[in-house]
Amino acid sequence: MEALDSLFHGFGVLLTFHNMVLMLIGICLGILVGVLPGLGGPNGVAILLPLTFTMDPTSAIVLLSCIYWGALFGGAITSILFNIPGEAWSVATTFDGYPMAQKGEAAEALTAAFTASFVGSIVAVMLITFLAPWIASFALRFGPPEFFAVYMLTFCSFVGLGKEARHKIVISLTIGFLLAAVGMDTVSGELRMTFGSVELLRGFDFLVAVIGLFGISEILLAMEEHLAFKGQEAKIRFTVVWRTWMTLPRYWMTLLRSSAIGCWLGVTPGGAIAASFMGYNLAKRFSRDGASFGKGKIEGVLAPETAAHAAGTSALLPMLALGIPGSGTAAVLLGGLMVWGLQPGPLLFVEQKDFVWGLIASMYLGNIAGLIIVLATVPLFASVLRVPFATIAPMIIVSCAVGAFAVQNAMFDIWLMLGFGIVGYVFKKIGIPLAPMTLALVLGDKAEDAFRQSMIGLDGGLGIFWSNKLVGTISTLALIMLFWPLIGKAIDMIRGSGRSAPGAASSGSSRP
Amino acid sequence: MSDDPNVGVDPALVSTRSVEVVVMALLLGVAVFLGWDNLRIGAGWAPDGPQAGYFPFYLSVLLGGASVVGIVSALRHPDLKDEIFVGRSAFGRVLRVFIPTILFVFLVQVIGLYVASFIFVALFMIVIGKLSPWKSVLTGLIFSALMFYVFDVQFNVLLPKGPLEAAFGF
Repeated sequence: MEALDSLFHGFGVLLTFHNMVLMLIGICLGILVGVLPGLGGPNGVAILLPLTFTMDPTSAIVLLSCIYWGALFGGAITSILFNIPGEAWSVATTFDGYPMAQKGEAAEALTAAFTASFVGSIVAVMLITFLAPWIASFALRFGPPEFFAVYMLTFCSFVGLGKEARHKIVISLTIGFLLAAVGMDTVSGELRMTFGSVELLRGFDFLVAVIGLFGISEILLAMEEHLAFKGQEAKIRFTVVWRTWMTLPRYWMTLLRSSAIGCWLGVTPGGAIAASFMGYNLAKRFSRDGASFGKGKIEGVLAPETAAHAAGTSALLPMLALGIPGSGTAAVLLGGLMVWGLQPGPLLFVEQKDFVWGLIASMYLGNIAGLIIVLATVPLFASVLRVPFATIAPMIIVSCAVGAFAVQNAMFDIWLMLGFGIVGYVFKKIGIPLAPMTLALVLGDKAEDAFRQSMIGLDGGLGIFWSNKLVGTISTLALIMLFWPLIGKAIDMIRGSGRSAPGAASSGSSRP
Repeated sequence: MSDDPNVGVDPALVSTRSVEVVVMALLLGVAVFLGWDNLRIGAGWAPDGPQAGYFPFYLSVLLGGASVVGIVSALRHPDLKDEIFVGRSAFGRVLRVFIPTILFVFLVQVIGLYVASFIFVALFMIVIGKLSPWKSVLTGLIFSALMFYVFDVQFNVLLPKGPLEAAFGF
């Protein structure tokens, strides 16, 4: 019950007028970010990060995490009304959400989506409340080898569980690591890969990379695909909300299943995207009339939204407890922690109680406030999309440039952002995932430090990573994750399978 | 991207396979170059642990290996040859947003961010969006003023400024 006490303490920290206003602003900005093409969770947070440099860390994280919740809510609006997923994790929501809107049930679909998101988040936040302090206190015993093993576990699960081709994930990861290594070596003080350039001396800032990779490239993609927003009308009356809510208890199994999937995939770095597809496919499989999925079935909206939100929220669990983000946006938030002068990792729960519990409390309040705001303001945000793209595009580009510049007050970073924009555009089109790169860029230095600290005085043997039970278990788990596809195949072979898993195969492409 | 209605009428500029092979080859080049640079500063084992180039060197090796796999698998994949990376008119649209963006960044360097973003937003709306001039100019003005208020006045984030701001004493 210690967690509950801390949680109430967190609410105490949170409930100031200043923080509540920031929370509302954050949610509205977040919904906007989620609705607009070219702005998403990660780069929306990255662009606004410079604004928080002068705030105190708790207010800053409340603002930024609320942008994150808002973005999660906002993605559903465009999926359902316009058949255009604002975020990759909303792709599965379009399958049934848009048909529902076409049938004139847009209000029902939106209510279902928002409520499902809310349920998913709350389940995940409860998980964080009770599990994170425990994991953090456990992780206090970790030394450099354990931490390096956990980093390895993170990166190996990316390779092993990712949907993209393995070599492309490896490429993305190694590029991220290499970019992180540019600049001065923290251990020896030597310059690495700077080639005599003064600008490269500072190294690559991951915020600049995120803004370019996700922001600029999305604008280019949106322009190329020539998006035309012809959507359904959106007005939500309270009676419809009430009626929809009354039907929801019937789908408790779907909600529960999707929440569980989401929590699991969010904690392991598979992310919200995979979770939403898996939630949808499983709901379809277990439903009594799975055949009517895709034609506007409310379960088809509930399942992916619950899973995506649960995953998006629980991605913050490893970030808080271990200092390892479970998603791109969590990676940006982690970067924020470092900017505000906090040291991410298990010690956070000991040294920064106000901050951690304020954040966790804001997850509860933020989601409740988010649900109310989003239900009330859907018509407003839907009308944003009717503004011509030629008006929105330059504004987004300017915002990206501001975000990139403000990180270090460097003009060079704006050019770098454009470069990353081209890289992101090409990589997205040839199927190289960007999230692993972001994560490696944030964690690269820490992973390398952990590796080198564990290796001090050793002559290159890797035995240290199996030197005791704890680190050995994590390292072995990492290897299992890395070779998971092979292991999975082997298990199937042993079973002499004629029956391959359906559903898993259809989760295919998630390109928005 | 087969569900894109433009694909049918838009002749291909370049196939996905060619782009993939070129990108992988470039990455291989980068990997060799970086690997060599790290070897130069020492990728071996010093008495106190790994040298500065150790970690990045092996990452370069991994990157190189993965890009070789990428080249081979792109060449062996028959479907990719017919897959359109980008069509002619689609690429035109991409350039129509990218080239103005480059010009905008140049302008930022010369006359500061606020004036540049006014010009960028207004001109983009008029030229690319073919929207009415007075609406565009007004939108640009409001947007720039709002940016100035939020960043400079409210949050004290220093952004590049030029002669106009100086004339007003900021």
